[in-house]
Amino acid sequence: MDPNYIKPFITSIQNVFSTMLQLPVSIGEPTIKTGQQPFDVSGIIGMSGDVVGSVVLSFPRDCAERIVALFCGQQVAFETSDFNDAIGELVNMVSGNAKALFPAGRKVSISCPSVVVGAKHSVARQSDVPCIQVPCGTDCGEFVIEIAIKSKPATDPTSAGSVASAKA
Amino acid sequence: MKIMLVDDSKTMRNIQKAVLAQLGHNDIVEACDGQDALSKVQAAKPDLLLVDWNMPNMDGLSFVKAFRQTNKATPIIMVTTEAEKGRVIEAIKAGVNNYVVKPFTPDLLSQRISETLAKRAAAGAT
Repeated sequence: MDPNYIKPFITSIQNVFSTMLQLPVSIGEPTIKTGQQPFDVSGIIGMSGDVVGSVVLSFPRDCAERIVALFCGQQVAFETSDFNDAIGELVNMVSGNAKALFPAGRKVSISCPSVVVGAKHSVARQSDVPCIQVPCGTDCGEFVIEIAIKSKPATDPTSAGSVASAKA
Repeated sequence: MKIMLVDDSKTMRNIQKAVLAQLGHNDIVEACDGQDALSKVQAAKPDLLLVDWNMPNMDGLSFVKAFRQTNKATPIIMVTTEAEKGRVIEAIKAGVNNYVVKPFTPDLLSQRISETLAKRAAAGAT
């Protein structure tokens, strides 16, 4: 995958977390995702337009609870609509800011976020798009951002946004 | 002063409400998308609207275009993750008065709200 589509997410995640949560994020080594690493909470955004695919922020429960508490300024009960809303807004901000940093001229739209909550779930994607997994470290715990996007060929009018699915 | 918040994220509306409370604005009307806002805006008669872009049912840009057909005066600030220059221009052309990119600091949102209200007051005084 073109690194020009990975760097914006790293910049964006650090910007969003430092601005909205005052939480520094240390970035680990990006790797191609091969197996299924289970998580408890995932926020998912689809991308369409000149770039298609999906972006997923996945958290262990403890980490998600601490991050949502920081974001909302108070403890929010796990598995409530407010908790899901906060996770969805985080992945929305990260993806929206990242696409603004894509190479010039790329017109990309993002979907409204979806949130999956379930112990030890994994998120699967279409197999023809490599998924880059970037570990993120914070004082609230570790989480990952998974980026599975590709440039839409200009000559392929049938290309469409991928759909991520989740299994708990 | 009455302010309408249009955002599908309750978390984001709560953050905006906290900033507005710090500025002394507590008369708030909330809408969860463009359709909801259109159904409430005539009765609510807000003095300022803060509008998200990406929302289900009706997005913020469509709402702004619909609202501006009957109301040219009430100021609108778009508060959105849509940060590309082209998007900002598109929003301004649709009738948005000011623009805030998420993530934002409370100070930045306060500044945009204050300057938007000041411009409205100045326009009303002339």
